[in-house]
Order: sequence, then C-alpha cells, then structure tokens
Amino acid sequence: MATIIKDKTNVTLTENGLFPSSEVMLDLKNLKKVYPTPKGDYVVLEDLNLQIKKEEFVTIIGHSGCGKTTMLSMIAGLNPISGGNISVLGKHIKGPGPDRGVIFQAPSLMPWMTALQNVLLGVNQVFPDATKKQRNDIAKYYLQKVGLEDSFNKRASDLSQGMQQRVGIARAFAIKPKVLLLDEPFGMLDSLTRGELQDILIEIWNKEKITAVMITHDVDEAIFLADRVVMMTSGPKAKIGDVLDIDFERPRTRKSVLEHDDYYKYRKHLIDFLEH
Amino acid sequence: MKQSITLGKITKFMGLGFLSSLKDLFTGKLEKEDYVNFLRKVVVPLASVLLFIGLWHMGSQSLYNIEAEFKIEKALNDQGPAAAEAMRECIASGDVSCKPNTLPSPTQVWDSYKSLLRDHNIISADKAAFIEKTAALNEKRIAEGKDAITYTGRPSFVDQIFRSLKTVFAGFLLALVIAVPLGIFIGLSPTLKSSFNWFIQIFKPVSPVVWYLLVFMIVKTLLIDSNEDSSFTISFISVGLCSMWATLVNTAMGVSSVDKDYINVAKVLKLGNFQKIFKVVLPSSLPLIFTGLKITLSVAWMVLIAIELLAQSPGLGLFVWEEFQNGANDSNAKIIVAMFVIGIIGFLLDRLMLTIQNWVSFDKTDAI
Ligand SMILES: Nc1ncnc2c1ncn2[C@@H]1O[C@H](COP(=O)(O)OP(=O)(O)O)[C@@H](O)[C@H]1O
Ligand SMILES: [Mg+2]
Repeated sequence: MATIIKDKTNVTLTENGLFPSSEVMLDLKNLKKVYPTPKGDYVVLEDLNLQIKKEEFVTIIGHSGCGKTTMLSMIAGLNPISGGNISVLGKHIKGPGPDRGVIFQAPSLMPWMTALQNVLLGVNQVFPDATKKQRNDIAKYYLQKVGLEDSFNKRASDLSQGMQQRVGIARAFAIKPKVLLLDEPFGMLDSLTRGELQDILIEIWNKEKITAVMITHDVDEAIFLADRVVMMTSGPKAKIGDVLDIDFERPRTRKSVLEHDDYYKYRKHLIDFLEH
Repeated sequence: MKQSITLGKITKFMGLGFLSSLKDLFTGKLEKEDYVNFLRKVVVPLASVLLFIGLWHMGSQSLYNIEAEFKIEKALNDQGPAAAEAMRECIASGDVSCKPNTLPSPTQVWDSYKSLLRDHNIISADKAAFIEKTAALNEKRIAEGKDAITYTGRPSFVDQIFRSLKTVFAGFLLALVIAVPLGIFIGLSPTLKSSFNWFIQIFKPVSPVVWYLLVFMIVKTLLIDSNEDSSFTISFISVGLCSMWATLVNTAMGVSSVDKDYINVAKVLKLGNFQKIFKVVLPSSLPLIFTGLKITLSVAWMVLIAIELLAQSPGLGLFVWEEFQNGANDSNAKIIVAMFVIGIIGFLLDRLMLTIQNWVSFDKTDAI
C-alpha cells in the first residue's frame, strides 16, 4: 500500500502509518462486508483498514458500486458488520446513535414537518434536559448558519432540493455529533447550488471542527473540502487503495485553492488513480 | 378578484373544479382560450345529462307501451273486444286501477320528488304542532318522574335520509376505531402481520348480508334483556364490519412501508418507540390511511341500504323496500327518487373525504 502520510504537527508515526491512539477518532480494523445473494455470497469489502483523526475532514472517492455507501452505513451503524470492527474513540460501535450524524444523499427530511421541526426532532432527542427555549435557539442558530433564517416555518415539502439539503446540514450539526458522515450529499444538486452548499458546509465545519467523512464522486469537491482524500479500490473485496494529503491552509477559499500550485498535482493524482 | 381566486382554489381543492368555470360564465370573465375548456367542462357534461334524461324518457315510454299493449291484448283474449276497448280507454284516462306499472318517466320522478318534499313539510308541521301541544304536559310528566310523550308518527323521506346518515357515520366511526389501531399494530410487527393475514383474507370478501346475520346472532343475544329496538345497533355494527377492511389493509400497508430514509433518520437519532410512531411512522402513512378511510366510507354507504333493508332499521334502505312492497302508483317513481338521493349523497361523502385527505396529506399532488 503506497500510503503517503505527512503529519503537520510532526508527531512521530508508527511504522505502518498508524496515528497515536489518542488522536484517533474513528478506527476501521480489518473491516469486511458480505452480502448474501442468490448466486452466493458477495464480498464487497475485505481487510479494509482506515484511521481518521479527530477534527479531520476526509473525503472518499472510488468507482460507483465499489462499496463506499456500504462502508459509510456500517460506520453509521445502519448496516451490520460481517467481520473486523469499527470503533469511535476506542469504543466499538453497537448500532446507530447520535454520536455519528448522517447527511444522506436524499435530504430525508420529514416532509410533513417544518424546517424548524425537522431540526428540533434531533435536538430534542440529544438535549432532553435543555429548556424548550434553549432547544429552539439551538435549532434556529443552525438554520441561520445554513442561510434559512426566513424559512423556519416552511414545510420541508415546500422547500427546493438545495434548501432541503441545507436543513439536512443544520439537522446534522445541531445534534453535535462526534463524527459527521456524508454520502454524496450534493450529488443531486446542480453545480451552482452544489458550490453554495460546499461553502456553507466548510464554513460551519471550520467553526465546529467535527470529524467528517464524506463520500463524493466529484474530484474537485474532494480536494476543496478535505484534509485527506481516501481512494477505494474497485470491488469486489474493495479496500483502501491510496490516501492523498491535501496541504492547503484553512480557511480555504475556492479561488485560493484553484490558484494553488499543488492543485493540479493533486487532481492528476486522483484522476490517475481512478483511471487505473 | 382576490375572492374569486380563493373560491377557485377551494372548489378545485374539493375536486369540484367545474364549478369555477361555471361561475366564470355568469360573471362574464370568459377568455377566448378558456372557451375550449368551458366547452369541455360545462357544455359537454350538461349535454350528456340532457341526453341521459332523453334516453330515459324514451325508454320509459316504450316500456309503458309494451305493458299497455300487453294488458289490452290480454283483455281481448280473455274477455273479448269490448273489454279490450274498455281497457284502452281506462289506460288512456290514466286511471290508477289499470295504469301500467313500469319504469317511471323523468317527469313522474320529478313529481314524486316534489310530493315527497310536500309530505315532509306536512309531517314536520304536524310534529312541531305535537311538540307544542305536549310541551306543558311533558314538563309535568318529567317533574313527576314519568317519561315524556314522544312523537311516534310516520317519518318523512327527509327524516329517513338523516337516519341513514346517522347509521352510516356510526358505522364509519366504528370501522375507524377498530381498523386504524389494528392496522398500525399489524403494520408495525411482521409477526402480527403474518398471523392476521389469513383473518383479513378470509373475512374481507364476506358479503354484507352475511355480516348482518352474524351481527344479528350476537347482538340479539347480548341485548336479550333489553326491550329496546336493536335494529339501529345491529345495522351500524354490520356496516362498520363490512366497510372496515379497506382501512385496515391500507393502514397496515402505510405503516409497514414507511420510506427507509425516514426510518434511518429515526435510528440515527435513536428515537424511542413512541416518538418513532407518532412523529415518523403515522404522519408518513396518513395519506394511505385516508385513502383507506375514503374507500371505507363509500363502501359503508353502499352496503348501508341493503343492511337497513334486512335489519328493518329506519332509513333510505327501508324506505325503498317499503315502497316496493307497497306498490302504490307512484312507488316506482319514489324508488327512483331514492336512487338519485343515494347516489348524490354518496358522491358528496366522497368529496368530503377527498377534501379532508387533501388537507392532511403532505404531498400536494391531487389524490383521486
Ligand atoms: N443490500 C444489498 N444486498 C446485496 N448487494 C448489495 C446491497 N447493497 C449494495 N450491494 C452491492 O454492493 C456493492 C456496493 O454497493 P454500494 O456500497 O452502494 O456502492 P457505492 O456506494 O460505492 O456506489 C454494489 O455492487 C451493490 O450492488
Ligand atoms: Mg453510494
């Protein structure tokens, strides 16, 4: 495995590229996933190892059908693990929970609820001891952050796709998860809206510094958002193929990233990987 | 202007969109491009109504002639030419004793409709007078601890309609109270679903008559001590049991087929069972539940007539049956009046449910 890991803080790394355990937020060890099919078992993932540090933003790219969604839903606890294990802060996960927030590809809002009610659904659950006003304030704060201060009381079904995904982002951040999992969250949006939402996402993330794992099929998006881009090999038996460190300063602007000398080097690296 | 927009919206919401174009006609707001629309939505339906009445008129006319010819022929064969001539004159004079008794014409039906209304007015006046007359006496009787004297006269046609509506709503409520909670439980648990499946499959197709007999057997025994009239109880329970299946099946289906994304959200947020059911599962199955309730109400109305007839419970069904037995010269026309009333009320009930359904449903695509 040609893993290049440059650590900015110069903490000594162990031989096989592992981080000191105190820095690790999410740890995937020898992960395996088997789907039983009528034609016999289909091994999607095998021997997949990945460590993600606290406050890190990792993007994942790989060919369609290689098992990215499978991996992410296993981290979320929504898909049972066939072998190996996943731990968050050293503790093995057992099923889903609000410590791992998810932003799905479809906004998955409850269409009969307002934007505010959708965010409150999570907030009420995670902060049961807060007063009603405090919970409202939290929900409104995040809706403001995603630019929906005028749409608190609009029904989700009356919002555009882009607006709905904004609510999805607010809902995910408002429950203050340790890890945020995103599965091609902007895949269904037009490129203009996608750019807007990337900016909003990275702006909130800069503030909250939640560990984030995001699947994308857009190479530019992967570079713009990530500290590291993780490349998955094609299935069956997919694993981590390569990892690319993105050494751009934060906060980043789209312009500064595009004008950076390393940008095309990174881009070429990723495209070369995907084309082989 | 603003008002007309909202009116248009409301009528469209209720599935009565054609009313607004009819209104445009009278307010003279018809644009040229609306013309085709107007033609399709108002003129064509109106023409079809006229065509229907015309065909009906001709049909009843020829049935009348067939029966008249037969009567004259029979008189000729049995009693000779003089009797046949007498019969011909008798029929031409419209005398009740020899009038052919067949499908009534539209005018006869209209006349019967008016006579039923007149009858209703007479009965209401009679009832009002009775209540006024007995008011003082009843007060005294109640003070003495006796039962008040109630009006026991014949119910009018309009009274029968309200009796039927009362029965159908009682039956509908019973169906709702049984089928919705049961459907939720069945939908939530695959075990319950498979254990109830045979039950649903077997009882769903059972005919209203059999339900009536079953309910009759049970209620008769349960109310054996009471000397009150149990026909209302029996008929509304039968209506409820006949009609609840659509709601039961739809509720179970709605609950068990909630979008997987919503369930995942509930899982990630670790919502408790109560929250999951009331905040996620039920709201998302509401459209299907209402589709079920709409079918239930229309089935309830349809079987009601047959059940009232069997149960001898006052209402339109009994009205139709009594007119048929009665065989007076305008009985057939009254039955046709009842037929139209039943149809129109059924249509209005359906619209009522559609309106409620549109109102509660979150996706605003028109439900049909
Ligand atoms: N529930 C399932 N049962 C069987 N096979 C599945 C199931 N879900 C996904 N797969 C298969 O597993 C592979 C990986 O799927 P997925 O994780 O969705 O890929 P990606 O998100 O990378 O496009 C695909 O070949 C897909 O057909
Ligand atoms: Mg996928």
